[in-house]
Amino acid sequence: MEDKYKFAGIAIIVLCCFPLVCIKFLGMRYVFGVLIPYTALSIFLLGFISKVIGWSMSAVPFRIPTTCGQQESLPWIKANKIDCPFTKKGVVIRMLLEIFAFRSLFRNTKFSMDKNGPKMTFSWELWLWVFALAFHYSFLTVIIRHMRFFTDPIPLCITIVEKLDGILQIGLPGIFISGFVLLGAICFLFLRRIMIPQVRYISLAADYFPLLLIIAIVLSGMYMRYISKVDVVGIKSFTMGLVMFKPVIPDTISVMFYIHLFLVCTLLVYFPFSKLMHMGGIFLSPTRNLTCDTRQKRHINPWNYPVKVHTYEEYEDDFREKMIEAGLPVEKES
Amino acid sequence: MNEKILIYGGLFVFCAVVTFPFWYNLGNASVAPEILLSAAAKEAQTCVADKSYMKNQHMQILNIWREDVVRQGTRSFQGMNGKMYTMSLSSGKDSCMGCHTNRSQFCDRCHTYASVNPYCWDCHITPKEIN
Repeated sequence: MEDKYKFAGIAIIVLCCFPLVCIKFLGMRYVFGVLIPYTALSIFLLGFISKVIGWSMSAVPFRIPTTCGQQESLPWIKANKIDCPFTKKGVVIRMLLEIFAFRSLFRNTKFSMDKNGPKMTFSWELWLWVFALAFHYSFLTVIIRHMRFFTDPIPLCITIVEKLDGILQIGLPGIFISGFVLLGAICFLFLRRIMIPQVRYISLAADYFPLLLIIAIVLSGMYMRYISKVDVVGIKSFTMGLVMFKPVIPDTISVMFYIHLFLVCTLLVYFPFSKLMHMGGIFLSPTRNLTCDTRQKRHINPWNYPVKVHTYEEYEDDFREKMIEAGLPVEKES
Repeated sequence: MNEKILIYGGLFVFCAVVTFPFWYNLGNASVAPEILLSAAAKEAQTCVADKSYMKNQHMQILNIWREDVVRQGTRSFQGMNGKMYTMSLSSGKDSCMGCHTNRSQFCDRCHTYASVNPYCWDCHITPKEIN
């Protein structure tokens, strides 16, 4: 129970060593450079699509008004138009806030016993929300920045993101803010699971694994950029070969790059079958994307079939004589 | 039914975004840049360090040089071949650009290809521009 993070940690170490051994000793550059990335991307795309299609098939028979605000009812009761939307517009605003600002996490509370006496208190716990935002947005920035390796000529918007990210101009190659924010935020998310006893108790290996995997990806990437230095032009000719379906494998690429690439492939393969699918799932969360108009409209279960009912009158017709015989009161005498 | 259209539309947009590098580069002929060495560089034959080291680490050398020149006032650097060089990007015959005279054919080719925008030339000007 206690050391689930160790399983995840060992898994990550094995995943790092795997390409190291295979490339150093067996020279499997083509497998790790070409076959695995294409397979991983295909699994990611097909897995993602099949998951979402599966979800789209599931029944949504009724609205779930588990809301965080007053539902629209009588005119003199003030309704909360965003937290309990009864119009489509309200739902759109609620979804946008959820997707771009993680509004549900913003309401995260912490439960504790009051210092002054045996009283339970719920306090507002903001850090998870702050670091979750930092993590997701810096990860997005890192991904956008990486598009410089996959496009030629490079679109202006990617260059602009890169310029803004490197605005501090510290060191050469200059540091990118997003990489450090990403590392800090993900370390917080990992330590949070380890340090808070309640969170640690409910955490599974599947919770630690993606965190550690992303930490390993970030560290291997930063190691290449800031410490070991790699042949960037060689790597770009390799990545461009991949996206143009004319794979080339330059000899100048270091093993660390293959480790980085293999970990990213692992993340892609792992993605559709794990909790990471909240990326698609957030759009389909029924408590967020349905209008709370249960008081305005009657929602009838679409697959309701006519139920055969046996009324009391019919029951009495069936057993009237026996009931009278037993002295039970009947509504209709014979 | 309405929801399904939204879901599948969203899924389509997602796939389009994920496969962006594949369709964006359709029809583009991306070729890794070739560096053109100037006559002076060909004549000198060796740089301050060997080729692969310079290819990966030149920015770090320049960063250290800048520090040494601006903060410490040291101006000479012993190359890996034992020769002494002036620590300078653009002034003098044995500075970087004394040998690599053509910025657009030497520096910019790779920088543009890999979308690297060094701010060297915010302060320095390439020697040719003086004439």
